[in-house]
Amino acid sequence: PGDTSVLAGLYGPAEAKISKELPDRAALEVLLRPKVGLPGVLERSREQLLRQTCEAVVLGVLHPRTAISLVLQVLSDAGSLLSCCLNAACMALLDAGLPLSTLFCGVTCALQPDGTILLDPTSRQEQEARAILTFAIASSERKVLMANTKGSCSVEEMQQCLAAAQRAATTIFQFYRDSVRRRYSK
Amino acid sequence: RTVEPLEYYRRFLKENCRPDGRELGEFRTTTVNIGKCSITTADGSALVKLGNTTVICGIKAELAAPAVDSANKGYIVPNVELPSLCAERFRSGPPGEEAQAASQFIADVIENSQMIVKEDLCIANGKLAWVLYCDIICLDYDGNLLDASVFALLAALKNVQLPLVTINEETGLSEVNLKQKNPLIIRKHPVATSFAIFDDTLLIVDPTAEEEDLATGTVTIVTDEEGRLCSVHKPGGSPLTGAKLQDCITRAITRHKEVKKLIDKVIKSITPK
Repeated sequence: PGDTSVLAGLYGPAEAKISKELPDRAALEVLLRPKVGLPGVLERSREQLLRQTCEAVVLGVLHPRTAISLVLQVLSDAGSLLSCCLNAACMALLDAGLPLSTLFCGVTCALQPDGTILLDPTSRQEQEARAILTFAIASSERKVLMANTKGSCSVEEMQQCLAAAQRAATTIFQFYRDSVRRRYSK
Repeated sequence: RTVEPLEYYRRFLKENCRPDGRELGEFRTTTVNIGKCSITTADGSALVKLGNTTVICGIKAELAAPAVDSANKGYIVPNVELPSLCAERFRSGPPGEEAQAASQFIADVIENSQMIVKEDLCIANGKLAWVLYCDIICLDYDGNLLDASVFALLAALKNVQLPLVTINEETGLSEVNLKQKNPLIIRKHPVATSFAIFDDTLLIVDPTAEEEDLATGTVTIVTDEEGRLCSVHKPGGSPLTGAKLQDCITRAITRHKEVKKLIDKVIKSITPK
């Protein structure tokens, strides 16, 4: 959304290395490359968040002893990077035709110092915000797949952000449908 | 139990209890060891045992020049190590993904909760500031690493005594006064509570390593004393409804009170020196 762009490439299900293969399900691997510099600790923790979110939706039991690799390259970062990565990952999974139990989308909420909730903040708004919450919302029943907060907030504020994120998820899923329709209708 | 671990656990969970006899919402016994009894070479240290999970945290304070763009801020560098002696699944070599993700999580918690404000670590604007290297090492991994690490970090930070440093105006060098020591100013006390999700419905508190492997997801919630959320960490796993999340948060707040009482008790028992 906005100026933030992430390129996602998905490879798989492919033959897995013996050290990495799991006997009953597909092994998922996520690599996140920042725009400049080498991947550091921040990328590792983001990769872990993405990997576990994807593992929960991909029906790995249909492809045992294979490896699915997801590579994300950050092209530009203007705020809401994590939810952009989540959306790119989900669309890549859709595009590759992997069996998924549910779709998910990433939404970022920023809590401004005066208490208003802002969806999809830019970098500037992120810096000024008191807290930034990122949620991955599943398409079935709008449940929370992944939650990550930066900064502190009260419990009610978190619930409000969650409700706002769930509403926004509907718009994003509509966007998914439109893009996929466009791609496959020509 | 080794052949069909999931079935074994399900049978217990149906009765609302766990194989080691705990209730679903019960924590393992927590013991804390602060101060000189843990690491004598460090400026502050603490050893925390959460059941079998043992985590030790050592803090070293060093002097450095602050960064150019934030001249009045010091640094806190947390580093979580999961050496191969703590569990067979960790190999020696460069830090694995779990250790790095845990380090990032701890750094986020410190930053989010404003536990230590970086401006407090500054000695002279633009010239000298403290750097706190926090090394958190897991000695025995039996689940729930994040809770134990946050607890150990908090306990160790309360124990740190920083010597007074003055800058000699004429020579421009710093003089360390080892005789005079001040404790660190800790503003907030964050406490982490971890839950494991089973089969999309059941939530259990303080999972052991076995439970973590079988769980379909985990949630970690960090609260501070005002009941504010410092961090909600839910790395994937089965989806949770908002109500379930709320339930976790209320339990986390209760846990926070227990832990705070424990820390205060231990600190009081060592300070009259």
